[in-house]
Order: sequence, then structure tokens, then C-alpha cells
Amino acid sequence: MASIRLEKLRKEFGELVAVEGLDLKVADGQFAALLGPSGCGKTTTMNMIAGLEVPTSGDVYFDERRMTDVPPGKRGVGFVFQNYAIFTHMSVYENLGFGLKVRGCPEAEMRRQVAKIAELLQIGPMLPMNAGRLSVNDMQKVALGRSMITNPGIFLLDEPFSNLDAAFRAYMRGELKRIQREVKQTMVYVTHDQIEAMSMADQIAVMSCGQLYQSGTPDEVYNRPVNIFVARFIGSPNMNFVRCTYQAEDGRGFLAQKNGDARLPVDDRRRRLLEERRGSPDLILGIRPEHLHVHPQETPATLWRGVAYAMEPLGPKTIVHVQVGRDVVQVIAPADYRPRVGEPQALAFDLEYMHIFDGSSQDVIR
Amino acid sequence: MANLRLDNVTKRFGRVEAVKRLALDIRDGEFFCVLGPPGAGKTTTLRLIVGLERPDEGTVYIDGEPVNDVHPGRRDIAMVFQNLALYPDKTVFDNIAYPLRERGMSKQEIERQVTAVAKKLYIDQLLQRKPAKLSGGERQRVAIGRAIVRQPRAYLMDEPLANLDALLRLEMRVELKRLQGELGQTLVYVTHDQVEAMSMADRIAVLNLGVLQQCDPPDAIYNLPANRFVATAVGSPPTNFIPAEVRPQDGGLAIRHPAFTLSAEGSRHPLRLALESRGDLTAPVLVGVRPEDVRVAVSSSDAYCVPAQVSVIEPLGGETIVDLRLGPDLIKAVVPPTQRLEESRPVWLAFEAGRMHLFDSASGARLYSTSQLGELACRGHENP
Repeated sequence: MASIRLEKLRKEFGELVAVEGLDLKVADGQFAALLGPSGCGKTTTMNMIAGLEVPTSGDVYFDERRMTDVPPGKRGVGFVFQNYAIFTHMSVYENLGFGLKVRGCPEAEMRRQVAKIAELLQIGPMLPMNAGRLSVNDMQKVALGRSMITNPGIFLLDEPFSNLDAAFRAYMRGELKRIQREVKQTMVYVTHDQIEAMSMADQIAVMSCGQLYQSGTPDEVYNRPVNIFVARFIGSPNMNFVRCTYQAEDGRGFLAQKNGDARLPVDDRRRRLLEERRGSPDLILGIRPEHLHVHPQETPATLWRGVAYAMEPLGPKTIVHVQVGRDVVQVIAPADYRPRVGEPQALAFDLEYMHIFDGSSQDVIR
Repeated sequence: MANLRLDNVTKRFGRVEAVKRLALDIRDGEFFCVLGPPGAGKTTTLRLIVGLERPDEGTVYIDGEPVNDVHPGRRDIAMVFQNLALYPDKTVFDNIAYPLRERGMSKQEIERQVTAVAKKLYIDQLLQRKPAKLSGGERQRVAIGRAIVRQPRAYLMDEPLANLDALLRLEMRVELKRLQGELGQTLVYVTHDQVEAMSMADRIAVLNLGVLQQCDPPDAIYNLPANRFVATAVGSPPTNFIPAEVRPQDGGLAIRHPAFTLSAEGSRHPLRLALESRGDLTAPVLVGVRPEDVRVAVSSSDAYCVPAQVSVIEPLGGETIVDLRLGPDLIKAVVPPTQRLEESRPVWLAFEAGRMHLFDSASGARLYSTSQLGELACRGHENP
């Protein structure tokens, strides 16, 4: 297994800068996700790790060995792509064993390894079947196994589950994580789906427009996002954003809503932070729907008042959209809370989970 | 006003029955979702209602009138397709005005109506643009505007949000629901996305391979699924299905799994009747419980008595999914993000007693729900 280090990796296509000076480290045996919207540069980055693209500048290191000029076939990298790319005229057994056969592996050893991989992926009964007759879900498992069996030092996966149905995707997230833990293979997983990155990765690298915005654990990118892009991209339903300015009054600090009259008190730590900083007076308050609480009547904890704008029952919970001034915020409520549109709502805040962003630079102030 | 009814409609393409004896009764003003995986027959259902397909058997009714022989152009139903089908060399204004011009309406009246609809959809600043210069979301709203302006009896939409990015999909969901509420017209909405269906629909019709599985409000679909397919179709992560055996026990019944047993005491427990209805009392069952109804504790107690082991942990930020080994089976639980659990460690589970189901292993039909017929006592086994 191998560690990966990307140093100031840059890729230009003519005038387009697809990847801009990327620095990233993936430890040996770690599961890393490259996460971002389409066009952010994540696939180009993966291709440079694989050797399928040559960087314009910068370097790729595996275990501190410089790989930048090494052709893809010699890097010891395994792939799984979105369109599973298996041999549909061969049996599942032949597909899984193919990489070993090509390397001249003896028959008995090959049988043993195939059985082991098949058990890991729970496709043992399918070994004699023709791979072309499998469901797309099972085909993807075979694709995974076929790449894994050669024990590559590094495993690259490019949105491998995006063509599969939702229930199977939920199942494979747990499976892939379990498998990765067992074989301890270094994995780099490219996706636009934040649930996939959050559920599986040890480290998430959030990218947009060729730039790496933040690289951290799921807890870090969820609870301590460095800017609005990361804060909005991670978590569903999305974080709420409200434009504000800072107001001081009688020795206390407040965030005052720009699109309405609502105000939020800030604690001493934040008051000092906001009074001492340089930067735009435009602020953006960020708070996740699960850190807001909604009631039909005011309680001692009520800080904002609004009206129900929309209501989405989702099974185990309800999302209530509350209009406050001219802003609308989403709040997670219990499954049986079903306000009617137009009914007054009272909002309470878990203030310790609030984020404050600079309205101009979009960076977090905290 | 439009009540739409399909009366035992079957549609074949060659030997494939895309839709089989489908019976749907869509009420006037309803937001009605048709939910199912690709190939379920959802688009065929829409096309049968609008008239682009003719039933091989059965009848389509609109407001009580049979319309099998009525041309789609005469049914007064507007359809928004997945690929929108906007006229690329017409402006937004002309795209929306098109159906009104066809009716020979006056210029001023067209202007008034198109502007009013555009305002409702927040595209009134874009009226002079052409589709190529619009974003995906804006194009979507033009397509919807073109349907609304016709003031049809009903709207049909085929996965209208499928081509939008995640953030825009969420916004449009809320807006569409509000719009439908304001317009008050019947909307039949096809989707494969269960969150969309759950959040927007008054009722959901779940289809699989051309056959209607269940037609009910979202709460009933979620809490009382008719069968295994429906139980998997809504909710994420999907319902856990735990294989178990049925055995007589002390005059009553036991639902036995290596790690736990559910008991129904007495010879007249409703469970007995439910299981007997299959013809074979002791045929295998599946215990169905949603991940959010599985609670996890690091030490055992009276309540937390079912032994299991943590396989992997999937932290989603707002909640955490825990993959668990339960005897020979793998299940998932959803726990709060603050609960700290470690991989590969033993834990003890409690199932939410009022939210468990039993399904027949062979047919997948739901046989018993504790919310309806009574809770079952749960006992954990020390060494599964």
C-alpha cells in the first residue's frame, strides 16, 4: 500500500486552468474523497494521480517516490469507473481472475484469491455465471473485485455508484467502507455526492473551479467549514445563510438581518471577534436546519418570529421553511409537526453551532 | 377541475407489459406522485393519461368521460417533459405565448397572461432571452410556464427536476409545491426520487414493473408499506429486513433470529391470524425495521438487550449511520451525530417496539405491524 502526496499540482488545457496548484496528502491505507460539483477538477486530479494526464507543473509522489514521469501502467494503480468496464462474454470467475492470469499466476493460487475476493464482495454464488447477464449492481461489484484482486498500492474510483439505484448505493457505501477497512488499501474516491464522501472517507478534499478549498475529516468539513462554498456543499438539507450586519448596543453585540428586522445576540467571544476584525461590514450568518427549532407559539428561547412558507414531510422528520422578513430558512422538525402555510412560527437557535462568514470574501470568521 | 381515472388499463409494447391492469383514481386538485425505478411504467402511465399512448385494455377517464378515443390535443391536459422541448429559436416570451397564439387570443391579453405567469415563476426579467442563454433552472421554469399559461384541467410532469443540480432541485421542489397549491389544479408528477415524492405529494402511487404496489398518502407509504418493495422504495437508508423463523412457543408464537426472539403470547394473538393467512403458519418471515428505529447502546440493559457488533460507521454530519453485524445478518441504524461508537466493538440494540413489521419471506407482503396490531416482546440471546 502507498501514501500519496500531490505538490503544487497544476493542469492547464490551453487557457483553461482545470487544477490550480493543488497540495494534498493521503496517508497509507487512508480513504480520501475528492468532492465537488462537475467541472471542479476532481477527475482531472485523479487522472494525474493515475498518470492518465500529465501535469502542466507540480508533482505526484507515491511513498515519497516521484511518479510524475512514470507511465500509468507502471504505477501500480487499480481503477473502478462509472461504467464498470467488465468482460461481458466471460464468467464472473474469469473476470475476477483476469488480472492474475495475465500476470502468470498459477491456477490453484488464482482459485484461492478469487474465492477470497468473491466472499469479501458477497458474490460467491455468481462465480460460474456469465458476467453479461448480471444486474448492473452486481456488475459493479465484479468491476470492484477485478481491480482489487491484483492488490494495487492505490485504488482510484471515479463516481462508481452514480448509475446504480438509491437503495443499492446506500448499501454499497457501507460495503465499500467495510472492505477498505479490511484490505487497508489506499483509496481515492471521486464524487459530487457529499453523502458518499461523508459516509466513507477519512479525509475529504472539497474542490471548486480547480481549487482545493478545504481538506479535512467529515467532522471538520461539516462543523468547521472554512468558507461558504464548503458550508453549503456539505450537509443535506443545506445550511441556511442570512445576510446581516453587526450592531453594537449597550455593550452587547447583535447580528442584524439585512432583509428584515430580525436580530440575533452574539456572545462575548464573537462580539470581540467582530469588533476587532478588518474586512467587509457585510456578514453572512450560517446555521444548519438541525440547529434551529420551531414552535407554533413563542417560548423563552424564541429569538426570531416568522411564518410557515412551505412544509416538506420526509418520513422520520419534517422540513419546515420559515419566512423571516424577506429571508426563508429551513428548520428540521419532528415528523408530526405539520404547520399550514402562513401560520406564525417561533424560532429558537443552538447559538454555539452558528457560523459567521465575511459577506465579501465568503471566508469564515467563526 | 379534473378527476383522472385509469380503470384496469394494460399497455403492451411487443411482449412487454409496460403497465398491467392499472387502476388509479386521481382526485381533483391533488398533487399526485407516481414513484418507481426505471422501467416501472411511470412514463407510460403519463403518456396514457395525456393520450400519446392508447390502452390495449381498460379505459382512461377524465372527469367521468372515457377518453381512449380522444386526441391528446383535445384532452386539455398540459405535459412538461423531462427534456423540456422548448423552441430554441423563440424567446422566453414567445415560448410561453405559443399555446395562446394558437387559440387566437388578442395581443394585449397574451401580453398580460404571459407576464403574469412569468412573474409567478420569477422569470419576468428573462422574457426576451432565448433558451440557449438560460440556466437549467430557468429553462425548467419556462417549460412550466408554457404549461401553466394554457390553464389546462390538469398538469402532467415527467421527472421535471431530474436534470437540475442538487441545490436547484431542492429549491424548485419547494417552489413547485407552493405553485401547485396556489393554482389548485391537479398535478400528476412522475419521479424516481423518493425524497421528492415524500415531500411534495398528497398521495403516492408506487409502481414496479408495471404493477401498482400501493397508492396512499406519504405517511401511510412510509409507516405502513404494503410489501417489501414499497418498504425499500421510500426512506434512506432503506428498511432493514432480518430473516427469521416462526415457531410455536408455550402456547403462543416466537419469531426467532439467532440474536433475538420476538414473542406473541396466548393462542389468540393477532399475530397468529396474520401468519396463518398465508396458508402456512410457520413459513419464514422477514422482520422489517427502519434504521432510525434501531437504537444502539454500548452496554446492555433491559431495553438494550439484542447483542450486535459495529462493522463500520458512516458519519453524515447531521446524523450517523452505523453498519451492524446482527448474528449472520448486516443491518443499519441511524444515531445522533453526538453518539460516539467504535468500529468492531460489541454493542446492544433496542428496536422501537411500535414501529416493527413482519413480511412474508416468499411473497414480500406485509403481514403484521406492531403499530396496528400490538407490540411483540423482544428478548436478546447472549451468544448468537
